[in-house]
Amino acid sequence: MIQRTANIIPRTIARILIPAIQVFGLYVIAHGHGSPGGGFQGGCILAASFILMTIAYGLEDTKRRFTENMNNILSSLGVFIYALTGWMCLLLGANFLDYSALSAILPADPVKARYLGMFIIEVGVGITVMAVMVSLFIDLVTGGKHGEGL
Amino acid sequence: MIWQLDIILLLLVVICAAAAITVKNLFSATVLFGAFSFLMCMLWTEMGAVDVAFTEAAVGAGVSTAFFIAAIFQTSRRSRD
Repeated sequence: MIQRTANIIPRTIARILIPAIQVFGLYVIAHGHGSPGGGFQGGCILAASFILMTIAYGLEDTKRRFTENMNNILSSLGVFIYALTGWMCLLLGANFLDYSALSAILPADPVKARYLGMFIIEVGVGITVMAVMVSLFIDLVTGGKHGEGL
Repeated sequence: MIWQLDIILLLLVVICAAAAITVKNLFSATVLFGAFSFLMCMLWTEMGAVDVAFTEAAVGAGVSTAFFIAAIFQTSRRSRD
């Protein structure tokens, strides 16, 4: 497993950088429908912050904050949000992911509902990409045996 | 579009790609691949595809380099072919 680094410099820099990276990732997700960025990029940036945490503080510490159970739940929750939004549109009588139909259940007119629907999709994509990237990295770095290897 | 900048970036991209597939040390190849991704990101930005450039920077230069380094730890440092 990756050990906690003995040197204080990487740990201090990681402690300063990780919140900034996560806030930037959330910004990219939240502004994905109006400017460059989106769920996939923001999810990758959020995953990069957890990868930095793993490198600086070790696998054990990261798994205490971002447990395997939570990883499983998050990686399916994002897909669920995406599919639920798509199927809500189908149930309300429009095409799959035709967000304007969501104006019947959201407190907004069809144009605003499109905007909000796109935002909900981006949030779902971001959650799934973050969880899957982190689990991919942990699987790669330990050779599939969580807690052993390296 | 600035054609001088385009030519310099394309030349560097070709050099990085050729170096990444010829070098024997896998760690060097990974770092060269990260540099290739970053140069591609600058090329996308220069061509006006900012969204693609963002993806390239986040995935190509950021996460996939970490993935490659994690994979190299599971194997030997030098390629044998």
